[in-house]
Amino acid sequence: MNNIIKTSMLLSAALLLPQPAQADKDYRSEAIAMLKRDFQPRGIASVDRLDEDGLQAVCNRSANNPPKEVAQRLEQDQMAAVKLPADGKLLGDWKSGERIAQSGRGFTWTDKPGLPVGGNCYNCHQISPAETSFGTLGPSLFHFGKLRGNGPDMQKYVYTKIYNAKAHNLCSAMPRFGHVGALNEAQIKDLVALLLDLNSPVNK
Amino acid sequence: MMKPLLVLGAVVGTLSCGAVLAQQVVNKPAPPKKAVTKQEAAKSTKDATTAEFEKFREVLEADSPAELFEAKGEDIWKNKRGPDGGSMAQCDLGLGAGVVRGAYVQMPRYFADADKVMDAERRVVHCMTRYLGYQEADIRKQPFSNEQNTPDHVSVVTYVASQSRGMAVAVPQKHPREREAYELGKAVFAYRAGPYDFSCETCHGDDGKRIRMQQLPNLAKKEDAMKSFQGWPGYRMTGGFMLTQQWRMNDCFRQQRFPEPKYLSDAVTTLLTYLTVNANGNVYKGPGVKR
Ligand code: HEC
Ligand code: HEC
Repeated sequence: MNNIIKTSMLLSAALLLPQPAQADKDYRSEAIAMLKRDFQPRGIASVDRLDEDGLQAVCNRSANNPPKEVAQRLEQDQMAAVKLPADGKLLGDWKSGERIAQSGRGFTWTDKPGLPVGGNCYNCHQISPAETSFGTLGPSLFHFGKLRGNGPDMQKYVYTKIYNAKAHNLCSAMPRFGHVGALNEAQIKDLVALLLDLNSPVNK
Repeated sequence: MMKPLLVLGAVVGTLSCGAVLAQQVVNKPAPPKKAVTKQEAAKSTKDATTAEFEKFREVLEADSPAELFEAKGEDIWKNKRGPDGGSMAQCDLGLGAGVVRGAYVQMPRYFADADKVMDAERRVVHCMTRYLGYQEADIRKQPFSNEQNTPDHVSVVTYVASQSRGMAVAVPQKHPREREAYELGKAVFAYRAGPYDFSCETCHGDDGKRIRMQQLPNLAKKEDAMKSFQGWPGYRMTGGFMLTQQWRMNDCFRQQRFPEPKYLSDAVTTLLTYLTVNANGNVYKGPGVKR
């Protein structure tokens, strides 16, 4: 699907949202204008990062709770943009996956430009039992493959979840790692292996 | 009010080390490294944090580090020490010319002379440039402290803050501009954007969450909101300098993968208005210590 069609779909979806009270609307647009006035680029963090994309606009306008039909439509959109590996293989190397999951580096104005960056996974999730310093913004992923299985469907679910968490849950707190080009195909495969490979410490 | 004991002056803030979403390099040799193993820490973050601070408490109490900056700031405020030899006697922090006591817990507020809502740091810089001959451009060159230097305005903010020790936060919401600042700050707090779709709320909008081992206060909630105020300005143990709320906002925008907020801008003031009004009624214990 081309970008123009996509954008217009997002916009029309945004219009389906219940209109907020007049006062709220004013503060929101005033706040956005203020942000644009009051921020400056630094390092790799350019000011265009302040612009909402269509999905962010829908989540922001609905306090992260858009009407179900809107959410479903936009999730489908996000899913349609997921690129699955051409070789059809989704399981990489869990050891490398563990390293990617550990790193929180990337995309701040003190980070160097360019890739690869870290996955930040431990900032939000419990994963391998050996790492006891883990965040709790997301659910525990310990024993993920053991509990949920590791067949083709589950592999595809995990790959697409990491690639674009919003394809499954529109206003999720989890970033869209593949969608924004933060993690590449090989890295995502390694992370899928970390969660699903039965030899991974996650599933021991 | 009596000058509090050094010991009581040091408010122990949240401890956190190592990998935040964005890792930071700390050059200076830090006070003793992790006092507890990761496994112990996992059992109970609170206990681990407390335990770690207990190890430092003696050192902190013997030599309350924030106190040094309070004294330096007081000196600048009282002793005509600015480049022009001017005086802060005319500086109005909201309670009248020259009145410092109680002012810190009542900012941000609307200042008619500037026709702006200003937070404490913004107001202090305003007065230092107006009455002491400091140049705003110079201050902007190094707004925040680092290992080499804690700038004068940060010491003055620390002094001003110390003069509200033991007082309840009471940020006014009478003036329409003050109410507007609150609403704008609230909107900024919830605004998701950037490569990771983060807003302040993504990390600070729920109860009892953590990033790694760092507790995330739910800043929209009255009980937690005081965490945005308590212990600030804070002495950074891992570097030996004072950091202000302006710095905290700056660094959280960095973690949010946003571009940088301009120093002393409305975006930061409105956010501080939102956070501090949410904290109204809680007692401020004075400048503190942060990791
Ligand atoms: C900012 C926090 C955050 C980060 C960083 C994050 N996640 Fe998540 N993740 C979440 C949240 C919140 C959920 C639950 C809501 C949802 O499903 O979208 C979740 C859900 C998931 C799920 C689905 C769980 C299930 O039960 O179906 C998987 C798998 C997952 N994350 C993997 C990862 C991996 C791998 C990484 C690192 C590349 C990662 N997450 C980084 C917050 C995060
Ligand atoms: C990606 C997650 C993340 C985002 C987004 C984020 N923060 Fe934070 N914030 C943290 C972490 C982690 C800490 C704890 C840091 C520490 O303890 O040193 C913190 C600490 C704070 C504190 C200090 C609490 C204390 O105990 O002293 C305040 C205030 C704060 N954040 C406000 C904000 C505001 C306002 C925003 C939006 C501009 C924001 N944060 C965005 C992760 C985040």
